[in-house]
Amino acid sequence: MALPELPIGETVESSVYWLNDNFGFLMDIFSEFIDILISGFKDILLFLPPIVFILIISIFVYFVSRKNLKLAVGTAIGFLLIDNMDLWKLSMETLALVLSSALVALLVGIPTGILTAKNETAFHIVKPILDFMQTMPSFVYLIPAVIFFGLGNVPGLVATIVFAMPPAIRLTNLGIRQVPVELNEVANAFGTTSMQKLVKVELPVALPTIMAGVNQCIMLSLSMVVIAAMIGARGLGYQVLVGIQRVDIGQGFEAGLAIVIIAIVLDRLTQGLTPKK
Amino acid sequence: MTKQTVGLYNVSFDVYEGETFVLMGLSGSGKSTLLRCLNRLIDPSDGHILIDGDDIATMDSKDLREARRTKMSMVFQGFALLPHRTVIDNVAFGLEIQGISKDERYIKAEEAISKVGLKGYESSKTSQLSGGMQQRVGLARALATDPDILLMDEAFSALDPLIRSEMQDELIALQDKLKKTIVFVSHDLDEALKLGDRIAIMKDGVIAQIGTAEEILTNPADDYVSEFVAGVDRTKILTAENVMKRPEPVVSINAGLKVAMQLMKKHGISSIFVVDPEKKIKGILLIDDAVQAVKDKKTLHDVLITDVQIVAPDLPIMDIIPMMTDSNFPLAVVNDSQKIIGVIVRGSILGALAIKEEDSNGLT
Repeated sequence: MALPELPIGETVESSVYWLNDNFGFLMDIFSEFIDILISGFKDILLFLPPIVFILIISIFVYFVSRKNLKLAVGTAIGFLLIDNMDLWKLSMETLALVLSSALVALLVGIPTGILTAKNETAFHIVKPILDFMQTMPSFVYLIPAVIFFGLGNVPGLVATIVFAMPPAIRLTNLGIRQVPVELNEVANAFGTTSMQKLVKVELPVALPTIMAGVNQCIMLSLSMVVIAAMIGARGLGYQVLVGIQRVDIGQGFEAGLAIVIIAIVLDRLTQGLTPKK
Repeated sequence: MTKQTVGLYNVSFDVYEGETFVLMGLSGSGKSTLLRCLNRLIDPSDGHILIDGDDIATMDSKDLREARRTKMSMVFQGFALLPHRTVIDNVAFGLEIQGISKDERYIKAEEAISKVGLKGYESSKTSQLSGGMQQRVGLARALATDPDILLMDEAFSALDPLIRSEMQDELIALQDKLKKTIVFVSHDLDEALKLGDRIAIMKDGVIAQIGTAEEILTNPADDYVSEFVAGVDRTKILTAENVMKRPEPVVSINAGLKVAMQLMKKHGISSIFVVDPEKKIKGILLIDDAVQAVKDKKTLHDVLITDVQIVAPDLPIMDIIPMMTDSNFPLAVVNDSQKIIGVIVRGSILGALAIKEEDSNGLT
């Protein structure tokens, strides 16, 4: 006896369309907000001439990385190379996408992580959702994103946010749960309110772990922003995509190299911001 | 069947203002649980905890917070310092929670830091300090809010023996000045006997005995307690008061030699303490000297040995034993106003130690 096939695909499809039909106005508001965010970052990043920007970012890296001169010089050389390959504008566009998506992912992810650490019910609800988000192939997010937001930067960014958020939630949750029992008791024994406990004890103690989550979130954003070029996100990813379509090895490689440089600088920067234990 | 374990059962005790009360027991005996019930880090399922008449056990969260902020503070076994803060910010933590301004809390934190002897380390990172110093920070943090009650959970157990002993001495010295009410949890009997004005010995969530060190040593409530205290060095705990005999007979300095000789003969002793009418000690008279004096027609004053050894009632036996070996006379135990309140002869010390030793051996 053949079992009837469950209409999972159809159900998901029709609910996506239903959501789009009934809550389209919300999507429009959200879309507007994301657009402003991206162009804001882009304007800031492109405001300064490349050479001034490179100088500032290198000095910043130098101090954040506890005066690691090699890293600062490497950053300067890397960004000069990007400018030399004539990929400056595209790189800044990619950086704007990464910063926007990471910002939104962290703004949602860290509070959610705190909530799941404090509340077992929330934890049991969020955990399977996170598993789902992390194991579902990233390309799949692109489809509903296109339906809700059309083609362009916004759907690319939404798919990126969904993809990059889980480590921020997970590591915030982990960091707070790992606060030693005695420190928890110290907070209680001295009569903290739950907000004081969170701000003065839990978050500072969990900060190294949370920063690992921030680092992961930014790195995943970067990798997804490139993939999101498939649904019209701009920046270096688009350049890679064009390279694939035209089988232009040189163009693809140059764009790829620029992505690698940005990735390394972002990684070292966030690691430098992490307080050492 | 329930899957719950009884942590504490039918525990009832008073802690007096200004005393150091030690909760003593092996691990798993419920002593730390009991301590945590006092500030409700663990919620007792039943019962009352009264501090100045207010019941901690039934307080709402607001009152409980207030009580935790002002009435009591806690020192932890693992120090539990906040790793991201400097020494002074750790010490000021409790004050910060109360919303006290930075200037004011730093002044109070400075005071607490100098009390525990850490002046000069205010801006050090806590991870750079040794264990003993870290626990000083923990103690300063507890003192900074000037609570009435200090809860100390195995506060010195994580320290090595020399530092531990040093910290115990300092706590005793601090306590002499501050007169806090301290509830101290310990699994170390020597520590309990050293610090505790009174000690509660716990076993399996119940209190086996409450009493002073002497009471517990000399009169253990049950087999468990006597087994527990069997290995203790009694010479450190028992004092002159515990082993002295009643000062009888003594002879008045105004009485004659004949009276003194009569008394010694009657009691079969070879020396007798001589006192004035207020029972203040004047000296000791030996039988041989007395006999000789009568022959030579001398008076009591002529043969009285005024150079007698006297001890205070709270002197440990440990310190009395060497005095006894150097002297052939009994020791006089005198109170603050030099009145004789007891006599110690060699036999009484040996007797006290031997009997107690036998007691505890017999019960094990």
